[in-house]
Amino acid sequence: MKRYLPFAIIAGVLIAALAGGAVLWRSAKNTPTESFKDPTPSATRPATGNQTPAPSPSTSGPVAPPTGPDNAHVRGNANAKVTLEEYGDYQCPPCGQLAPELRTIEKEYGDQIRFVFRHYPLQIHKHAFLAAHAAEAAGLQGHFWEMHDMLYQNQLSWSVAEDAKPIFIQYAGMLKLDVNRFTKDIDSPEVAAVVTADSQRGASVGVEGTPTVLINGRQLRPEIVTPDGLRAALNYMLGKK
Amino acid sequence: MSPRSDRIAADSRGNANRRAVYVFLAIAALALIGLADSVYLTVEHFAGRAVRCTITNGCEEVLNSAYSTIGRIPLAPLGAIAYFLVFSLATLSAFGNQITRTALLYLVGLMLVFSIWLFIVQAFVLHAFCQFCLLSGAVTLSLAVLVAIERFLPRRS
Repeated sequence: MKRYLPFAIIAGVLIAALAGGAVLWRSAKNTPTESFKDPTPSATRPATGNQTPAPSPSTSGPVAPPTGPDNAHVRGNANAKVTLEEYGDYQCPPCGQLAPELRTIEKEYGDQIRFVFRHYPLQIHKHAFLAAHAAEAAGLQGHFWEMHDMLYQNQLSWSVAEDAKPIFIQYAGMLKLDVNRFTKDIDSPEVAAVVTADSQRGASVGVEGTPTVLINGRQLRPEIVTPDGLRAALNYMLGKK
Repeated sequence: MSPRSDRIAADSRGNANRRAVYVFLAIAALALIGLADSVYLTVEHFAGRAVRCTITNGCEEVLNSAYSTIGRIPLAPLGAIAYFLVFSLATLSAFGNQITRTALLYLVGLMLVFSIWLFIVQAFVLHAFCQFCLLSGAVTLSLAVLVAIERFLPRRS
């Protein structure tokens, strides 16, 4: 009997590990879709009007209204009832992974939503502030979103560069911007002030990391920020089943 | 040798064996902590959920970096397999198996080298620390210390 005891213990631990993993997996898979369901009656659902929704188990704020100037970059239907808002850092890998998903969702929902991007560059990312400045500098020439998409699409290449500025200037050239003006603007205090204001606004609504996504001003819990979770949240806000 | 010295030698061997069993049990217990940590990270990885740190502030940066996979294989399930192997080898060693004792030494050595490399990546390449990775590193370091104690401290016979 003693001969088989170690194998029985090992098998027991293997079964326990697999069972524990399965339980975690089930809770992970259930969270995005189920936790957005709000116990509030459908009559009070914020499906119409761009108002602050009732607290939901899947959201965690904001606890206070945002402060500071609003430099939002908006894409989609400006009058849409539902606003999908991201506080992002161009050098943050999860933001880079989320970007194409958000683009797909934007296209999928079309005029039903508007997408707002705000800067929240993190100190731990060497080029994050410069990238945000590059997007704003392109924005001064009316090409914020083109630079925004380009920065996320090429995140892996410029993130590892020792000096990212020449790469951003190259992107400006590829986007047919006035490169001299872009080169000047990227270091301008005005552009830096916009990025700082966005960060301060984020901090005022409880943003602590990136990507932070809000729907109609209410911050989604990080585990909801998945393609399925975002669709579930948007459908809920749009009054869809 | 007198019956008394025979008894002393037998007692010493018994003490040494008991000490080795306790060390192997401690190794197995530590491996379970590492296994739980790795299983959690594996599930979060495949579920596509963002892991947020509560103590450090770099979980997303570390776990989504290019260093979190070997080719297309994420490190978390490899860690789970490694900790399960450590648990299995330590359990078998506690029951007196000598081959698994040697295998445990090599496996923990390999894990220690890998953990040191991952720590260097976090500290000097990513400039971000993931608390779950640090826990795994601490567990591996403790495993290495225990294996060294069991293996290299003088044994009485």
